[in-house]
Amino acid sequence: MTATALPSRSRVQPSFVRYQFETAYDEMFSSPGVPREHYQALHRTLLGLPQEELLKRQQAADLTFLHEGITFTVYGSKEGTEKIFPNDLVPRIIPCVEWAKIEKGLTQRLTALNMFLRDIYHEGRILSEGLVPRELVYSCRHFRREMRGLNVPRDIYVSICGTDLVRLPDGNFAVLEDNLRVPSGVSYMLANRKVLKRVFPTMFRDYGVWPVDHYPQALLATLRSLTPENCQYRQDPTTILLTPGVSNSAYFEHTFLAQQMGIELVEGRDLLVHDNVVYMRTTAGLRRVDVIYRRVDDDFLDPLCFRPDSILGVPGLFNAYRAGNVTIANAIGTGVADDKAVYAYVPEIIKFYLNEEAILPNVPTFLMTNGNHRNHALQNLEKMVVKAVGESGGYGMLIGPHSTERQREEFRARILAEPRNYIAQPTLSLSCAPCLIDGEVESRHIDLRPYILMGEKVTLVPGGLTRVALRKGSLVVNSSQGGGSKDTWVLREGNGEDRAAKIASFERKAS
Amino acid sequence: MLSRVADSLYWMSRYLERAEHTARLVDVELQLWLDQSPETGAGRWRFLLDGLHAPAAKGALDAMKLMNALVFGRTNASSIVSCIATARENLRHVREQCSSEMWEQLNRLYLEVMQTSPDEAWMVKSHGFFRAVQEGTHLFQGITDATMSHGEGWQYIQLGRYVERTDTLASLMEAHFKRNAQPADQGVESAEYLEWVALLRSCLAFEAYCKAYTAEIRPLRVAEFLILTPEFPHSVRFSVDRINAALHVIGDLTERREKSPTRIAGRLRAQLSFSQIEEIMAQGPHAYLENVRSECAAIHSAIHEIYFDYPIESEMAS
Repeated sequence: MTATALPSRSRVQPSFVRYQFETAYDEMFSSPGVPREHYQALHRTLLGLPQEELLKRQQAADLTFLHEGITFTVYGSKEGTEKIFPNDLVPRIIPCVEWAKIEKGLTQRLTALNMFLRDIYHEGRILSEGLVPRELVYSCRHFRREMRGLNVPRDIYVSICGTDLVRLPDGNFAVLEDNLRVPSGVSYMLANRKVLKRVFPTMFRDYGVWPVDHYPQALLATLRSLTPENCQYRQDPTTILLTPGVSNSAYFEHTFLAQQMGIELVEGRDLLVHDNVVYMRTTAGLRRVDVIYRRVDDDFLDPLCFRPDSILGVPGLFNAYRAGNVTIANAIGTGVADDKAVYAYVPEIIKFYLNEEAILPNVPTFLMTNGNHRNHALQNLEKMVVKAVGESGGYGMLIGPHSTERQREEFRARILAEPRNYIAQPTLSLSCAPCLIDGEVESRHIDLRPYILMGEKVTLVPGGLTRVALRKGSLVVNSSQGGGSKDTWVLREGNGEDRAAKIASFERKAS
Repeated sequence: MLSRVADSLYWMSRYLERAEHTARLVDVELQLWLDQSPETGAGRWRFLLDGLHAPAAKGALDAMKLMNALVFGRTNASSIVSCIATARENLRHVREQCSSEMWEQLNRLYLEVMQTSPDEAWMVKSHGFFRAVQEGTHLFQGITDATMSHGEGWQYIQLGRYVERTDTLASLMEAHFKRNAQPADQGVESAEYLEWVALLRSCLAFEAYCKAYTAEIRPLRVAEFLILTPEFPHSVRFSVDRINAALHVIGDLTERREKSPTRIAGRLRAQLSFSQIEEIMAQGPHAYLENVRSECAAIHSAIHEIYFDYPIESEMAS
């Protein structure tokens, strides 16, 4: 295909010979051999670089990740627990028009979900109207009775969100999953960018890419805008990041964000509650804490209120929260809104609270509590993806087309035993993008996780984490399941092509 | 600053100092070996263990086994590899407190020592390894000083380094004086000469000593140099001065200047400032160094009690 169609090039250059086209949407090519406008400059650069050079740059990038210790932990793996998160050098490019739609769609979605959370923990209008079944909400594992009637600052429950988007074969983006509890991965977005800028400096500049580096400041501003009313020094609230500790899979990210925001990274054992006020133990004595960016799950936050065996939490934290003496972000109990069965209702939720149509559609979802849906799914298990409603990170999933008869039987039994606990979706053909595999460019499935911040205002850093299913043909992009990631470029304007030409001509004049 | 963080920085620094100290000692010892008969050489291993305050080995000492334990042994918490791994683990727990450059350097050093495995081939070129450990820790110190804000966290790093250094220096000299009870104020014969030079080299002090006293090695002056010189970074007095300086800054930053760590360190400092080597020798160097070590241990406990692990009740009352 492309390599042969182009003027002859030396063999040492990377080729697209192994690049396969399938029914999925291809991010780079509009038809075999013809790159989309915004990918043309990248396509040319890839063809122009010798293979060894690319390999060398990939190795340099890998080494940076290893030396900087940009790692994650795989649970249940016996060999060394720290692994580097595989990074792919070929950036994923999103034109500004497409991004504008994503931005609008995600803002709409998160606004509605926050209103939904406020509603179900207060009046429950949407439940009374019967738009979302009451039993669906109350049976959700992440629904917290303790939150009933509790007011949170600015009525914002979810202030940090990472939504998973996929691009369907028709080229449109759809929402695959909302992550409203403790979404992770943003540090890899920043690390990928840092490395990419080193590896392809000129191309990066020529393309005119929106920067993402201000994410930590935006996060800090968001957290501070949620300072509780009772805070003594509202101008300068003490903000901390609460981590479960080094053995957590995202520990690198916790340290990274705390450092970039200039706030303390705190473990449960550093905190104590006295008279409903949270303190941290410092070398200069106890210091009052106002805002907690927690990366600890609800279950483990407070052994007096939630799981009594938790040693990661702080006894009495919930009472301090209830008394309005401390903000916890995201709020407790947000998991009810990213329950995969509640997900199916999000378009109605948007309609109910905002009176608007969802800008970003859902993917079709079958509820196992619904008899018709269930029968349909069970009859077509080999074409379905089955997910446990309360899980994340790619755990507890069945991928129909890649499953064995035994696995399907196992899931069939589980679904019948606990229908509320599962949903099914048709196996989606995630879009494909070029990736560098052993010096050759090959096509792999990808998704996109942009990060949305909601405080005094909504901030979407233009970009996100593009996750890659590095195994050929695989549809699972989770880092715990052999996925990698690549830098995501959102273009400032146009498609990069004209801008690159402008800069090139300017450089010619200058020299 | 969080108490847990201060604690981790302090220990990270102590472990690195210990790794460097051991690397230096073993390196000097291996080189000294070359100049000695095999019998004397074997005897020296015991001396090395004494100097490191390592548990005394029984029976015949096998160089290879010993090296394994001192350098690579993961069961020995004080082996070079264990120390570097523990230092890294401590820093990993508080990564956001140090600069990225510091973390990268310590991580690189860790990966490097973890890749090395002991075998006969390694024994031959071990010098390169010890050099790498020393250079790696020096580089880490340089990067720390150049990239980290010299605030409270940095002071705990200083504190850890010099508390460890005071203790290891005193131990090393104690072991040395056990063998050479009365250091004379005159030159010595060749066998003994090598030992005193080895002591100086183990403290990176040979050249600095020569500048101060010429190359004529007088044991009494060596002792004076290593205990009482205020300017040399590997002398007891210098280290205690640094402990004092760090404790004063920390005391001011945390408004805890009146507390016990500052007081004990001040007392030790005064003692070292006004001691004379002749007096020390008259008292017996062993007792003097023993006292330095116990005061050092007292400083350590006081730091722990005041800054790292204080009772909550006392804080709530105030």
